[in-house]
Amino acid sequence: MVRKVVRGFYAVAHAVKLCRPNVICAYPITPQTEIVENLAAMYANGELENCEYITAESEFGAASILVGASATGARTFTATCSQGLILMSEVLWNAAGMRLPIVMVIANRSLSAPLSIWNDHQDSMAMRDACIMQVYVENNQEAHDMIPQAYKIAENRDVMLPFMVCMDGYKLTHAYEPVDLLDQETVDKFLPPYDPPIKLTTKDPLTFGCYAPPHCYMEFRVVMQRAMERAKKVMEDVFEEWAGLTGRNWGGLIATDHMEDAEVAVVAMGSVVGLVRDVVEEMRKEGKKVGLVKIRSFRPFPVEDLRKALKDVERIVVFERAVSFGHEGPVAMELKSALFGHSDAKVYSFAVGLGGRDIPKQLVRKCIEKSEEIEPGFYFEGVKDFEEVIV
Amino acid sequence: MKITLGAVSKPYTSLKMKTGDWGTHWPKVDEELCTGCGTCEMFCPDMCIEVVKVGEENGKEIKKAKVNYDYCKGCGICAEVCPTKAIKMELKDIYKVI
Repeated sequence: MVRKVVRGFYAVAHAVKLCRPNVICAYPITPQTEIVENLAAMYANGELENCEYITAESEFGAASILVGASATGARTFTATCSQGLILMSEVLWNAAGMRLPIVMVIANRSLSAPLSIWNDHQDSMAMRDACIMQVYVENNQEAHDMIPQAYKIAENRDVMLPFMVCMDGYKLTHAYEPVDLLDQETVDKFLPPYDPPIKLTTKDPLTFGCYAPPHCYMEFRVVMQRAMERAKKVMEDVFEEWAGLTGRNWGGLIATDHMEDAEVAVVAMGSVVGLVRDVVEEMRKEGKKVGLVKIRSFRPFPVEDLRKALKDVERIVVFERAVSFGHEGPVAMELKSALFGHSDAKVYSFAVGLGGRDIPKQLVRKCIEKSEEIEPGFYFEGVKDFEEVIV
Repeated sequence: MKITLGAVSKPYTSLKMKTGDWGTHWPKVDEELCTGCGTCEMFCPDMCIEVVKVGEENGKEIKKAKVNYDYCKGCGICAEVCPTKAIKMELKDIYKVI
């Protein structure tokens, strides 16, 4: 292992290379592009053995090529975000239903319109119900570490589902950070070659994702839900193994700080967690009983862990990086449904930093403090004074 | 019932998965008008119409279009392309308002 200062793009690409992918297929989209550019350079330099790098004509094409490749038993990778991800969505629902363990990195970016290339979580949240695992990472080391783990979890026979490693666009992808880069030996020891339970060959033709009339469709959905439930345990085991192997313990489906005696819990996902942790530490030093809950796995949703971690708190402050328009923030929605009947805590959900709006430390602190005075509910924070006009 | 991983199935499994109930209309062939030319067979996107021998007259085969109602989804292309207008799309009884 060697520590280097690298950008998020490289941290991901390096880890993907060590996982020995067989097919990489992508279409460029900001802020993801340099991930696959790095991989394309590695491919051109002959660093990727037994691998095909395919430049697709669109994200729809890229995802479709990976569905075909994965069905033949190839280990596959792509990266995308925003409009690219939702263009892939028709294919990705199929990939999940066909139980193909495609691993992809989502460089989280907002959705149009209005057009924005900057960071929030609206894109991956749009894929919430697709039976694709979603883990949100806090920094580039975690992004780097999640790649081999993602393959190991996705390719587990008890799971066999696509995996999205969600990392904040710009905030992580473009950032330089010191990263302990894995070496081939460590990854080879951890990640065995993909051994698909079934694969498509020219000698043995098969239909993937066949027609299921009403008399058998539901059962396929039942087994998908079961696979997601089993994924929780598989994730925990893989996370633990990783911690033992590398000494870096990122936690389980959630990770907590100061939750033992916390009266107020702050819940967040992604890169904002680092900032929230700073604020929590600051408030702890002032004697305030504040704790942090970092949700790592959004799908499968860590219902049991959250019930346990949040059972004694009075207030829960959620930082949302997306909106389910017509309702509220998606994280608070899920959290409240998990806690229903298990907790009387009041939930305050704050949408911050949409479309790349800056999230200053003071804003995070303001939201936590404000929750003492306001009614539980959904709020936008960091919004300017404005007037709605036609043109 | 067996539920396969990823809804993977072996060839010919689809024969058991009948799709004839998808459409609201079905094609009805008027054998008086059908000349057995085979245009419908060529255009059918689901291989659900076939021109078959129904008899013989003066040593010549008589052929007519036959619809496979197990898989026909009722798109109506056969009726559209028929040069003698021998195929009519009829509303299925279950969709008729009495």
